[in-house]
Amino acid sequence: MATTATGVTEPGTAVEATTRKRKAATGPKTPWWVWLAVAAIVVFCLAPFYWLINVSLKTGPDLSGSAVVPPNPTLDNYESIFKNDDFVKALGNSAIVSLSVTVLALLVGSFCAYALARLKFPAKFWLLALILSITTFPPIAIATPIFRLWSDMPFGLPDLFNTKIGLIIPYLTFALPLAIYILVSFFKEIPKDLEEAALVDGATRFQAFRKVVIPLAAPGLATAGILTFIFAWNEFLLAVTLTSTPKARTVPAAIAFFTGSTEFEEPLGTISAASVVISVPLIFLVLFFQKRIVAGLTAGAVKG
Amino acid sequence: MEAASIKAGTPTRRRSRDLSERRLAAYMVSPSLLLIALVAAYPIIYAVWLSLHEYSVRVAGLSRWAGFRNYSNILQDAEFWAAVKNTFIFTAASVTLETVIGMAMALAMHTAFRGQGLLRTVVLVPWAVLTVVTAMMWRTIFDPTLGVVNAVLGTDIVWLGESPHAMIVMIIADVWKTAPFMALLLLAGLQVIPGEIYEAAKVDGATMWQRFQKITLPLLMPALLVALIFRTLDALRIFDLPFVLTKGAHGTNTLSLEAYQTFTANNIIGAGAALAVITFIIVMIVSFLYIRFVGGNIRGLAEES
Repeated sequence: MATTATGVTEPGTAVEATTRKRKAATGPKTPWWVWLAVAAIVVFCLAPFYWLINVSLKTGPDLSGSAVVPPNPTLDNYESIFKNDDFVKALGNSAIVSLSVTVLALLVGSFCAYALARLKFPAKFWLLALILSITTFPPIAIATPIFRLWSDMPFGLPDLFNTKIGLIIPYLTFALPLAIYILVSFFKEIPKDLEEAALVDGATRFQAFRKVVIPLAAPGLATAGILTFIFAWNEFLLAVTLTSTPKARTVPAAIAFFTGSTEFEEPLGTISAASVVISVPLIFLVLFFQKRIVAGLTAGAVKG
Repeated sequence: MEAASIKAGTPTRRRSRDLSERRLAAYMVSPSLLLIALVAAYPIIYAVWLSLHEYSVRVAGLSRWAGFRNYSNILQDAEFWAAVKNTFIFTAASVTLETVIGMAMALAMHTAFRGQGLLRTVVLVPWAVLTVVTAMMWRTIFDPTLGVVNAVLGTDIVWLGESPHAMIVMIIADVWKTAPFMALLLLAGLQVIPGEIYEAAKVDGATMWQRFQKITLPLLMPALLVALIFRTLDALRIFDLPFVLTKGAHGTNTLSLEAYQTFTANNIIGAGAALAVITFIIVMIVSFLYIRFVGGNIRGLAEES
């Protein structure tokens, strides 16, 4: 078990290793203009977010000046958003919705992905094409009918408009294909020998999947999970269409409605603080799982 | 399920093994298919049905067959054509800029010998920041009183309150958020190009531009195409940015936002559904091209390895 486990590579890492090797051979000197370009990239990517933090630390008269460093930095805005019940509720809603979507997409998606990666059955190409084409659906196309359906359920089912379940279900439309697509490419990377050994030892195909493939696919599951979570945390269109009160509103919708309520005197300081707060979980994910995320994002794109 | 696959363990009975494998595949695939049918296929069909009816939320139960009237009304509506124009201008401008900037970033990252991991983390920040937050952020940057742009440029423009400027801000916000994503896809494509080709070209005296034009670009084409189509599809569906930046005012109303406003603000479900269906058709035409381009890719994934 242990010997073969090391043979498993994530897509991306092998490529990285070879590039590193090649670069070491070419010599470690980076020309000055590359450093300039790298500095430009860092400024391009981080400066706007710095500005948001800058604004979030300003209050009162400072908010009508364009100082790049807050003259009187204060955490008042952060204090006030955490005292805002609607925002705190939205944070909870977002956490519940995003985590449920992630768990469900991984659970259901991993079965489908395994069948697509390993089992022989007809029309596999069309199934994958169907799944992939769903990731390209414009969410607005399902928003109208689901809005109608959720607010007037047939067969005496409870209405799902403005509930968390009412968000989780349609989110799966997009989360599931995303998870399946990433998982298929990861499952294909796992060497077949291990499963076959398990089959020879008398395990059923399903046992081989559960006991051998799933543990080995942990990095792939993590990647798919992270990307699904980020998708769900970010989703906006369905969140504003299918909710109407803070009861089920997620953070992106809550932030958009901070603005809507006071159109002419926007509390930009508080909105900025709220924006920083809801970005923090994602920034942490990026910091800790950079390699995983890049591998997942590029999983389908490179092998053309 | 378990009993069926124990039979598969005996290697002599190939046909029954194939059959039980199919059965297991059917079991494993069906939950996903069922969910997809329920939350994707059914709503789309229902949307088409709704779009052929006149329906008002305000007067409960007012629903009558309208044939293609919703569609013909939309096609005669100047607002719809404005939304089409805005969506396509936005898509063309943002995808072009993202490709150029993303390519430049990818080349620089590829050439930088140290700090690649750190650089990739930095580049992922705009990608990870929520679109709604991105919109809020650029709103504060371009804000006439507290923003930094007017101060730097020495101008006095109400950026989000005027016609060409609002679209410019929207494009800038989108480019910031997604050029890095493009860079990562292209970087992954660059990393699979073997270095020896460049060495050989260098020996033959090819200039840097020639190497880019004759080696990098053609070999990068598959990754570039996928990235381009990904981005085009996303840009055509754009909703969050105009919603938060301008609510669609000043020449920034896009197809998705127009459809949303028709069915929420104006409470016209039939016409809203028709707009959504039109958006769906436009996006599907583009994604059909997408499937054609990455078809080989899907086949690769579907193949028995």
